[in-house]
Amino acid sequence: MTRDEITSGLAEILEEVAGVNPDDVAEGKSFTDDLDVDSLSMVEVVVAAEEKFGVKIPDNEVQNLKTVGDAVSYIEAQS
Amino acid sequence: MTRPDVVVTGLGATTPLGGDVASTWDAMVAGRSGVSPLTQEWAAQLPVRIAAQLAVEPSEVLDRVRLRRLDRSEAIALVAAKQAWADAGLADSGLDPERLAVSVGSGIGGATTLLAQDDILEASGPRRVSPHTVPMLMPNGPAAWVGLELGAKAGVHSVASACATGAEAIALGLDMIRSGRADVVVAGGTEAVIHPLPIAGFASMRAMSTRNDEPEKASRPWDKGRDGFVLGEGAGVVVLERAEHAAARGARVYARLAGSGITSDAYDIVQPHNEGEGAIRAIAKAIADADIAKRDIVHVNAHATSTPIGDMLEIGALHKALGDHPVLAATKSMTGHLLGAAGALESIATILAIRDGVVPPTINLDDPDENLTLDVAAHKARHMEIPAALNNAFGFGGHNVALVFARA
Repeated sequence: MTRDEITSGLAEILEEVAGVNPDDVAEGKSFTDDLDVDSLSMVEVVVAAEEKFGVKIPDNEVQNLKTVGDAVSYIEAQS
Repeated sequence: MTRPDVVVTGLGATTPLGGDVASTWDAMVAGRSGVSPLTQEWAAQLPVRIAAQLAVEPSEVLDRVRLRRLDRSEAIALVAAKQAWADAGLADSGLDPERLAVSVGSGIGGATTLLAQDDILEASGPRRVSPHTVPMLMPNGPAAWVGLELGAKAGVHSVASACATGAEAIALGLDMIRSGRADVVVAGGTEAVIHPLPIAGFASMRAMSTRNDEPEKASRPWDKGRDGFVLGEGAGVVVLERAEHAAARGARVYARLAGSGITSDAYDIVQPHNEGEGAIRAIAKAIADADIAKRDIVHVNAHATSTPIGDMLEIGALHKALGDHPVLAATKSMTGHLLGAAGALESIATILAIRDGVVPPTINLDDPDENLTLDVAAHKARHMEIPAALNNAFGFGGHNVALVFARA
């Protein structure tokens, strides 16, 4: 799966869970500061991403995933 | 210091009769029933297969992402509160947030969220349980969301007194303004538990009507054929305001909330006192608190849920505490029983009865109980001058609340 494919997969999740416009989702964007994803929604995003990409994202990793790019890199490495 | 007067300057509701106050009131005055069959698959196995379901789904009013984190009871409380807030014209009034409070309760709370998330827990494990579960099911959730929406910083309260909740929440709002803790209180009740478990629970108590073949005739307070209440869902919210505050900003005033009376039976966890002793005291206290002559309280929106015992105990209590002159309405004949929202919705009906000079009809009162010794506007609305009116609400646990509203 390419980085672009993972990004667009995350964009789908972010739209579903938090109402984020998919056009706003890019690797450089911060989940909290740019996309307005609060902590509870972030938990939903993580669980949905685990299911969608078939990976495990432990809670202690989540705090390191500041940007969409961070998440894409983590998922890319695990899958 | 004299006690400040408290007036009602905004109304909001979403009910089985309509998505707002105007449509609900029109339907009520016209005598329409909001009760319909439960066509959901889960209803087939239940002894009760009727309910008064919302006329307008919250999804028609609130956006999808917002609804993901709201229990249905929270969503409709927000809908009603936003209506009431807009109706009161307070949005750009310069009201200090530290003078704005919320008092919105629920009888049961986020039960449907709890049950849905339990299904997910059983089927998919704990990691799939929504992180929104706790704020969705907590009983203070509706009040907290309303407070967040309106920016209320003088305190957010969530009364829970079963079917007296909505009225008691309004009584608390009155106390808050009188004691100087707020200038404006957004007060009311919400309930949304049309789900097989609560229905099965109430049905097991033999508290609900099983007139499944005639949904619109099932809620029939004071009628000989009554066989229990019909579950309804909805929310009602009023904006209470210190009268001088309202006058200073030139607000439209619906009515004055003149007094409240709250008592507890200390008798039985679900049965009302066998002589209505707690109800009598609540009504008497409300009248004394309002300092209004009994003869001016010419209309009562009764609790009257369509249960065999409760309906008649209330008649006896009204005779003793108020007299034989009021004209009664049981609007639950049309809306069903909204549990924690009932006292709030019926307060709105009482307020509009005063404003419009009309007692809403009590439908299905075809064959009145011989102990119904007070006048009821059966089947058709009755137009009359209403200087003041009473609203009763009683709840499991022995809660008795009476509110007196008067022309401003």
